[in-house]
Amino acid sequence: MSIEVRNITKHFGDFVALDNVSLEFPTGELVALLGPSGCGKTTLLRIIAGMEIADAGEVHFHGEDATQRDVRERKVGFVFQHYALFRHMTVFDNIAFGLRMKPRAERPSKEAIKDKVMALLKLVQLDWLADRFPAQLSGGQRQRIALARALATEPKVLLLDEPFGALDAKVRKELRRWLRRLHDEIHVTSIFVTHDQEEALEVADRVVLMNHGRVEQLGTPAEVYDTPASPFVFGFLGHVNLFHGRAHDGWLHVGDVALEAPDQAGAANAPAVAYARPHEIELDRYSPGQQGIRVQLLRALAFGSVARLELEREDNSELIEVEIPTELYRKLALIEGESLVVRPKKMQVFLDPRAAAQAGAPTIAGST
Amino acid sequence: MAGATTILTKPVAGASVAIDVQRNRRSTEEHPAVKWGLIGLAVAFMLLFLIMPLVTVFFEAFRKGVGVYLAALSEPEALSAIKLTLLIAGIAVPVNLVFGVAASWAIAKFDFRGKALLITLIDLPFSVSPIVSGLIYVLVFGAQGWFGPWLQAHDMKVIFAVPGIVLATIFVTFPFIARELIPLMMAQGAEEEEAAIVLGASGWQTFWYVTLPNIKWGVLYGVILCNARAMGEFGAVSVVSGHIRGQTNTMPLHVEILYNEYQFAAAFAVASLLALLAFVTLGLKSFVEWKARAEHEILPLEAPRT
Amino acid sequence: MSRRTRHNVLPGFNLAMGYTLFYLGLIVLIPLSAAFIKTFALTWAQFWGAVSTPRVVASYQLTFGASLIGAAINAFFGLIVAWVLVRYTFPGKRILDALVDLPFALPTAVAGIALTALWAENGWIGSLLKPLGIKVAFTPLGVVLALTFIGLPFVVRTVQPVLEDLESELEDAAASLGATRWQTFVHVILPTILPALLTGFALAFARAVGEYGSVVFIAGNLPMKTEITPLLIITKLEQYDYNGATALAVVMLLFSFVLLLLINVLQWWANRRAGRES
Repeated sequence: MSIEVRNITKHFGDFVALDNVSLEFPTGELVALLGPSGCGKTTLLRIIAGMEIADAGEVHFHGEDATQRDVRERKVGFVFQHYALFRHMTVFDNIAFGLRMKPRAERPSKEAIKDKVMALLKLVQLDWLADRFPAQLSGGQRQRIALARALATEPKVLLLDEPFGALDAKVRKELRRWLRRLHDEIHVTSIFVTHDQEEALEVADRVVLMNHGRVEQLGTPAEVYDTPASPFVFGFLGHVNLFHGRAHDGWLHVGDVALEAPDQAGAANAPAVAYARPHEIELDRYSPGQQGIRVQLLRALAFGSVARLELEREDNSELIEVEIPTELYRKLALIEGESLVVRPKKMQVFLDPRAAAQAGAPTIAGST
Repeated sequence: MAGATTILTKPVAGASVAIDVQRNRRSTEEHPAVKWGLIGLAVAFMLLFLIMPLVTVFFEAFRKGVGVYLAALSEPEALSAIKLTLLIAGIAVPVNLVFGVAASWAIAKFDFRGKALLITLIDLPFSVSPIVSGLIYVLVFGAQGWFGPWLQAHDMKVIFAVPGIVLATIFVTFPFIARELIPLMMAQGAEEEEAAIVLGASGWQTFWYVTLPNIKWGVLYGVILCNARAMGEFGAVSVVSGHIRGQTNTMPLHVEILYNEYQFAAAFAVASLLALLAFVTLGLKSFVEWKARAEHEILPLEAPRT
Repeated sequence: MSRRTRHNVLPGFNLAMGYTLFYLGLIVLIPLSAAFIKTFALTWAQFWGAVSTPRVVASYQLTFGASLIGAAINAFFGLIVAWVLVRYTFPGKRILDALVDLPFALPTAVAGIALTALWAENGWIGSLLKPLGIKVAFTPLGVVLALTFIGLPFVVRTVQPVLEDLESELEDAAASLGATRWQTFVHVILPTILPALLTGFALAFARAVGEYGSVVFIAGNLPMKTEITPLLIITKLEQYDYNGATALAVVMLLFSFVLLLLINVLQWWANRRAGRES
């Protein structure tokens, strides 16, 4: 079942949680709503579920207007951030709950409920836990039971609120893969909310990036990572180096170095910022006449396959982070304290009227 | 790597110091003399103030023999006092239970303005003197009160009659159940209820299958305390009852009358029943606390909302 | 995120809230307002006359004085009882713990006659004190005694949880820095539990001021000497002096409200001190 939201707006007092958001979620896809906390992603999920009512806008399920539909009538599966398992019920009773609450006429027989619950427990690979109570399960197990419970009533839509947020890193990674495989198996239209960019990029078919109640970008993981539509997206998806300078006639002037910026052919001496990921920067040992930004190698973390180098610009002391293959690092035989030059191989330049004001700001942005 | 090794050894040394502190707990323990002195003081204080009075009740009750004791309990006025006390608790506890559940549902599961004020107002009867609690009902329903003339014209009586006793008892026991349930339900949050609703349960189904099982010990706890106060209330009831023997005398009032008539053995006999009630209350209370704690351990609260 | 109005999918708010307000108004607010409305009908001179006669003032002195002393005794012994129950194990501890709530559970009239029988001149304890020339029953001392009895659980039950939450690391730290056990108690433990102790003290005091049942039997009820304010209200009622009784009730109500406010502030402070605001 496809989902569409049109012009959704939601305020909490003075706070704008969602600002005229319109999105389409095609049938059978697994979509991530990604953004920092407070960006409105959870509110949007709850509005789709019918647990929150939008100030304005519409929600359509399969082309039908469902805006006025009660949460119970929307028949969505919802997985809560802290699972919200019924703590006084066994795992079995938790999963059977939705079926048992149906009106008598629609309610399956006891045997049918039992078969269904056991099938679901097999699906989430926890059939041996049927008689346990939620408190006796690990976090990852609880998460899977919450998912099985949501699937019991055969929802056409599955909504997950930070499904892995409360788990430790190792379990999170396992469950991520497991959720992806499960989705490939059952193919229910699914939306999950996360603030973890790695999680979104790894699991989802498509990613919706949100900030301050607005959609910043929508696309496949490769699209949003490789061609971020805004400085925010660039900063939010992985590490990035910022080069403040002036765009003029297809060139970006950073310090006394000119970098090619064909996108900004029309710019005339405008403040601009270039964004380049650490692995999109090439570097060389400094020798007079070398083109590039002069830096000093502060520290090198050369283990694993990638060497991470911390560099300090010689003109303004801003930090630059560069990643090169460890092999290359060894071959270059660089020493900490040495002078180098760096050149972005690939970068994206955004005009920024406030760039001048931010000249003193640290140049490494991003999140892990 | 050599640098890293030295860094690693430091926390290990720190840990061993910590273990020493653990083993040598003496430093944060009192000298045995101090310890046992304090225990002795606490026990002596409780012996003097709590246990001795309790023993006195039973001693005085049986002082003149079991025959007098049983006679005091089986005389018609005592029986009618017992019946009236049970009747009043039987009305006051259920109405306050319904109120407590409704109030805690509204307060704990929803957000609205003035919540703190509402909680304070619910607690208000606790800070009102029992005498004043009785008096305000006299002002409303008494012969000189707001509805007095109207009640008289319709040949109805509230003050110096059972309805007045019931009302005064409801007032003094008003907050008991609500104040147990409000913090409990607030701590539990509303996620489980939301989950039930999303899974298609109706409001009543959600309350019955999800909320109630989670608060059952809290409900029972509140009911026990509410009942003890309802059966034992003296001051408020004394103001509105009129002390009509066989009609508006509750057990505590009956105790007072017998005592003032110097029928000490009979007074303490009826008092011993109320003391038994206190024992049962304390026992049940401890049981419920233990039970709730045990279930809390098996079924701990999930992490609260972020 | 959407923290502010999260729960609007749950049904029953209007019903539950409506019933709560209706019942609260009917049982508590309207009757309580009756006392104030009745008092507003009095002139200031009438009101002042009713609440400031020497007999009334003597009753205030006894009621508040005995309540303060009782609450202070409870603050001291209640702290010791709470400390012993939290920190030590000894035989009979669980029964003792359960017994702390006895004054909540025992009807006040029963407590009243039991205390009287015990401390009267011919009682077990009273007869021991008589040769020493100490009279307890039917003197202000008896009032203090009864008010100590009914206030005991308040201090113990407010201090106990705070003591339980107290991190033993703090005491370890103090000991490792060279503090003696007594210094640790005075400088580390006491400041931490002080808000709770004061809250318990205020609760015990508030309860004592309004108390009636456990006091009237042991007090002797002599005007100007051992007559508490609640009893005076009853006396005025029995003399059909509704105005006088109501005026006194309003004084007590106002005092209760001020105390309630104070207790709320103390509790807020206690929670902050315990780091529970997050």
